[in-house]
Amino acid sequence: MHETDQELLAQIAGIRGFQPGTAFNLRQNGEGVERHSTPNIQITPKSDQPGINIHISAQTSEEEVHIPVILTKSGITDVVANDFYIEAGAKVKIIAGCGIHNDGCDTSEHNGIHTFHIGKNAKVTYIEKHYGEGNGDGKRILNPSTVVYMDEGAYMEMDSAQIKGVDSTKRNMQCHLKADAKLMISERLMTHGKQNAVSDVSVFLDGENSSVRIVSRSVGKDESVQVFHPIAVGNARCKAHIQCDSILMDQAKISSIPEITANHVDAQIVHEAAIGKINSEQLIKLETFGLAEEEAEAVIVEGFLK
Amino acid sequence: MLTLSNLSFQADQQEILSDITTSFPDGSFTVITGPNGGGKSTLAKLIMGIEQPTGGSVYWNDIDITNLSIAQRAKHKIGYAFQQPPRFKGMSVKKLLTLAHGKVLKHEQCCEYLSAVGLCANDYLNRDVDQSLSGGEVKRIEIATLLARDLDLAIFDEPEAGIDLWSFAKLVETFQQLHQNKKMSILLISHQERIMRMADEIVVIENGRIARRGDRDQILPSLIQDFNSCEYKK
Ligand SMILES: Nc1ncnc2c1ncn2[C@@H]1O[C@H](COP(=O)(O)OP(=O)(O)OP(=O)(O)O)[C@@H](O)[C@H]1O
Ligand SMILES: [Mg+2]
Repeated sequence: MHETDQELLAQIAGIRGFQPGTAFNLRQNGEGVERHSTPNIQITPKSDQPGINIHISAQTSEEEVHIPVILTKSGITDVVANDFYIEAGAKVKIIAGCGIHNDGCDTSEHNGIHTFHIGKNAKVTYIEKHYGEGNGDGKRILNPSTVVYMDEGAYMEMDSAQIKGVDSTKRNMQCHLKADAKLMISERLMTHGKQNAVSDVSVFLDGENSSVRIVSRSVGKDESVQVFHPIAVGNARCKAHIQCDSILMDQAKISSIPEITANHVDAQIVHEAAIGKINSEQLIKLETFGLAEEEAEAVIVEGFLK
Repeated sequence: MLTLSNLSFQADQQEILSDITTSFPDGSFTVITGPNGGGKSTLAKLIMGIEQPTGGSVYWNDIDITNLSIAQRAKHKIGYAFQQPPRFKGMSVKKLLTLAHGKVLKHEQCCEYLSAVGLCANDYLNRDVDQSLSGGEVKRIEIATLLARDLDLAIFDEPEAGIDLWSFAKLVETFQQLHQNKKMSILLISHQERIMRMADEIVVIENGRIARRGDRDQILPSLIQDFNSCEYKK
């Protein structure tokens, strides 16, 4: 693998290549280039369309699957559908993510559709990082779609981050929760320049005692634009808590448009949103340590998105 | 030496501090007291550069620092512990202490600063200085950030507020030690008699002016007398 490929991998997945003993699928410039299964985690290519099926057996306990995608050629539009079948009781950590290195003048675009079928009482941690770099004028576009079906008692922790270099992103997420399913979503986003980010997240709480917690932290810099549209629908006794916190800098614009619906008398749905400048007291506090204003801002933003 | 010369501050067409002229010698321990809204915190903020005076000057070691930024004053080894410290999302206690210190902090040093304010490092170093900490915990961490710095002038704004009796005793001990080392000048804003008893001098600020100033033994008895006759609350 090239140095830049390894760098991209490190940015999005914290690894520089295949880790023996783990399941691994690397997709580069629209093609699967390296694939490894384990006895518990079987990765097979789809026969009818680009993408893979990932079968995670009930015996899986604390195993990791890496399925990074990298785009290093300019002018590629990659569309891929990956399906995850996680058997009842499995415990697994899935590390996805997409990195684009675009030195050319054409658009590089990746549209990934991830569908999760999470069995009863299975426990899934899903980490997804998006990152763009390169010196060309070509745009770097990422449009991730995620569909999640959670069976009874299933648990999922989803952690997505996009901190740098993606010009345009439209995230779409649809989650369906059965009884006692629990979903924790943490989303971190920073946009700069003329970047544009839209996030549509819909969660349907269909089963008794299902619950979701969404924590979204974002920072908008320069002339970037962000729109959040979280939707929670409570169709049973359930709990939903959505918290969107944003720091606005320069000429950036951020909108948060929550939609919460309770179709059951015991549905408890809360949405909190706050958008504002960096807290001036925090800045002053750090300046009293001798930090310049820009340094203080950087420290606050870094912590906020940690 | 810190010298204030005809220092005034107005906000919303109101005179909040008027014509404050005084000085604080090196290594001195001065308690500033007086009724709520008298202008004590405002004075501290003028010294730290957080507010700009509408008149007069601040001199530090004979240098006019009136137009220096907060960060520049920090580099002159002046520090201020806020009356109401801000909280930070995603900032650990360790990170905050490290930023205050200005370079990498050893675990033992963190322990030293935190135990000086009655906190156990193992319980707190990795916690975030956010809403999850109690008011008294945030206050004590704020004091620890000043201990982590190398200061010539430390200003503490009501450090005892909201702090339990056990930790208060520990704080008194810490201030006593700071004073004995004589390495820095201390300005301590307080309403506590126990803290005033440590001071070399006491300054009473009322209605934006220095109403009284003198040795502890001279001012404290009159303050207690006033307090008993409700004069202090006037
Ligand atoms: N920026 C400002 N704009 C308007 N009024 C202000 C400003 N700063 C301070 N004040 C007012 O000045 C007065 C003095 O405030 P300050 O905080 O200095 O009092 P204090 O002596 O520290 O009181 P306390 O004992 O309650 O802490 C108060 O009436 C306050 O409302
Ligand atoms: Mg005050």
